[in-house]
Amino acid sequence: MKERDEFYDILKDPVSYGREMKERGRKIVGYFCSYTPEEIIYAAGAHPFRIFAVGENIHFADAHFQSYCCSLVRGALEGALAGNLDFLNGAVFPHTCDSIQRLSDIWRMNVKGPFHADIALPVKLDTQSARTYMIDVLKKFRDELASHLRVDITDDKLKNAIGIFNTIRASLKRLYELKAEDPVIISGSDLYAIVKASMMMDRNHLTEVLPAVIEELEKKKGNANPSAGKRIVLAGGVCNHPDIYRIIEEAGGAVIWDDFCTGSRYFEESVVDHADPIAAIAARYMTRPVCPAKHAGIFTRGENLLKIVKEKDARGVVFFFLKFCDPHAFDYPYMKEFLDREGIPNMMLEVEDQLPSEGQLRTRFETFVDML
Amino acid sequence: MNKMPEIVLFFLAKIKKLALHFKKKKKMKEIMMVYYMEAKSARISGRKVAWITSGGPVEPLIAMDVIPVYPENHGAMIGASKMGTDLCEKAESMGYSSDLCSYARSDIACATVNGGPIGGLPRPDMLICCNNICGTVLKWYEVQARYFNVPLFIFDTPFCHVGYAEEAGRYVRRQLDEYVLFLEKACGRKMDSDHLKDVGKLSLEGQRLWQAVLATTANSPAPMTAFDAFYHLALIVTLRGTPLVIDYYTQLLEKMKDRVARGIGAIPNEKYRLLWDNIPIWPRTRWLSEKLASHNACLVADTYTSAWCGTTKYIDENNFFDSMAEAYTRIYLNIGVDEMARTVLEMVDTYKVDGIVMHSNRSCKPYSLGQYDIQKIVEKEKGIPCLMIEADMVDERSFSESQISTRIDAFMEIIKQQKGA
Repeated sequence: MKERDEFYDILKDPVSYGREMKERGRKIVGYFCSYTPEEIIYAAGAHPFRIFAVGENIHFADAHFQSYCCSLVRGALEGALAGNLDFLNGAVFPHTCDSIQRLSDIWRMNVKGPFHADIALPVKLDTQSARTYMIDVLKKFRDELASHLRVDITDDKLKNAIGIFNTIRASLKRLYELKAEDPVIISGSDLYAIVKASMMMDRNHLTEVLPAVIEELEKKKGNANPSAGKRIVLAGGVCNHPDIYRIIEEAGGAVIWDDFCTGSRYFEESVVDHADPIAAIAARYMTRPVCPAKHAGIFTRGENLLKIVKEKDARGVVFFFLKFCDPHAFDYPYMKEFLDREGIPNMMLEVEDQLPSEGQLRTRFETFVDML
Repeated sequence: MNKMPEIVLFFLAKIKKLALHFKKKKKMKEIMMVYYMEAKSARISGRKVAWITSGGPVEPLIAMDVIPVYPENHGAMIGASKMGTDLCEKAESMGYSSDLCSYARSDIACATVNGGPIGGLPRPDMLICCNNICGTVLKWYEVQARYFNVPLFIFDTPFCHVGYAEEAGRYVRRQLDEYVLFLEKACGRKMDSDHLKDVGKLSLEGQRLWQAVLATTANSPAPMTAFDAFYHLALIVTLRGTPLVIDYYTQLLEKMKDRVARGIGAIPNEKYRLLWDNIPIWPRTRWLSEKLASHNACLVADTYTSAWCGTTKYIDENNFFDSMAEAYTRIYLNIGVDEMARTVLEMVDTYKVDGIVMHSNRSCKPYSLGQYDIQKIVEKEKGIPCLMIEADMVDERSFSESQISTRIDAFMEIIKQQKGA
């Protein structure tokens, strides 16, 4: 179907997509993580464009980052230094981990885009003073962006933006639910392509195409034979490897949900309407499932993963980590223990720039799926 | 409460006597021994123990008579006694990746086996985690909060990419009040704010003395090396805010001034002066110090030990409590790479160094990522060479002696040529 081609086209060549948009006169603001308030960028009349890593052939970034820095950070800088991101009017760095923190410094000192914003978010998300501070930094970002782009970011524009993004989040969640209800109606790679491209695609256009995809899947639902695939949840940070879904499916599994910041953490929870839209955006970040670089209690992430497994009736969990991602690596032993205690089979896969060889992966997944 | 058994009373009396004895002599080893003995016997003496991060605000703990214990200092001790690799491997068998911070790995493993050079740290009654040094401590302290099942206070100091933001100042200041409330609840009594003021004054005085001690190495020859500073550092980290620190550094300062006056250098024949960047390679400090001395090179200063006195300019001595919000937020590791580079450039001038040795430390991303840029800036602005050594502060598996030795030789050749042997 043609809508899906559109998503794949963006993934294949995000640079051309960004440049074409720029030529049409759009202002584009690049961003790094799911704590970026896209609503504010959109309300400024600009386009929020998520920056992903260049997967291989890191060359320029090696002059700035050691080999023990994760491939997301090295690959993102590589793209910028190679000139791939010349269409950006600026870049936004919400504070998360130590590596992204230094990426922001090095980007500011070497890429030198027209606009550079740090959103020094609180690290703890479970206190009143952190909430007040979160609102303060988001307001500051609104002011900085407005002044740079010479626009007014009014509350009305923000409320409109919140509406658009709530719709997008709800649509993506609906797609995940449809997949979880009947995994064969859409392949894991297709769903991955849609969600990932959604973070780069023109959002007005996106609100038109997502309902068409949903409608198509709603029609297919129940018509196909129930899938024999064993239901699997993926957990980790960023997933930049669509092949993983296909290999799992070929090994007899089906990815029916995830706890990724390029997945469910991106769309979970709506911004609840509020007299003060910035406070409402902040409130979502305080309640949404957290990134391990943030603190919302010492068991929160383990409990959330268990909840996902139970609610989605999954048989097993695959932890999918980027090598050198410290926050995830620290949480792994306890989250694994949570699963082990409930008798939920799990395995861990750590990836650097590229996936291990397909044969090796297939064997690992086949062994794992057999256990489920 | 049960009556304390005879043996315990005997033990306590012994410690007191030892403490009195050492108060007169003030040798580092003994001070640290008494400190750890007091901490380990806290349960019987009825005092509370808090584990706190190395850059954390310790003054409120001292004012509440809580014994602060520093897992990072413990990590350094584990590293220096070459027990790190075993403990790191133990952590890896518990599921922690070998890429994680080796202080954290050693400490997490040590807590479960009471291993290491002092048989493990005393059990904490509470955990105080200040993230001004890294995000790793947040995850590490979460692990320990789950393991020990004790309250965790997170003192969140927003990163200062370019300066100190007003809203960050308000947030950190509010957390100071939350911190005091947390301590009052944990200890079951009120904070004595007059006492806290006194502790604050002692802390500032200690930091200024430490700065003065480090500043003596601006002299040629330097009366002490950065390796000595790594050793003397323990007190400003662990006992900041107590009179002990003042006494110790006052004496040390006198000794250093005397050496300067008499022209005595730390190494026999100081010809080249170097600056060290990053946390020491604890298990190999002696090797490295001998290696450099063999080239008549002296590590005269470092960016690491000066981190415990680098923010005195933000402290208001008449209002320590309010001003420590800014001081604790703007420490060396919580600022942008460009500001770090400016600090390094200043040190190059102050200490008149001929080159920089940078430890690219696999364990410490906030310290190490950005070093390549600092290296380029220094080489460009000052025209002095920088050597990058890839290693780890505790885990010896990341240390390749022959390779590092060859690189130091080559580096020293360049310096000798530049300076004219």
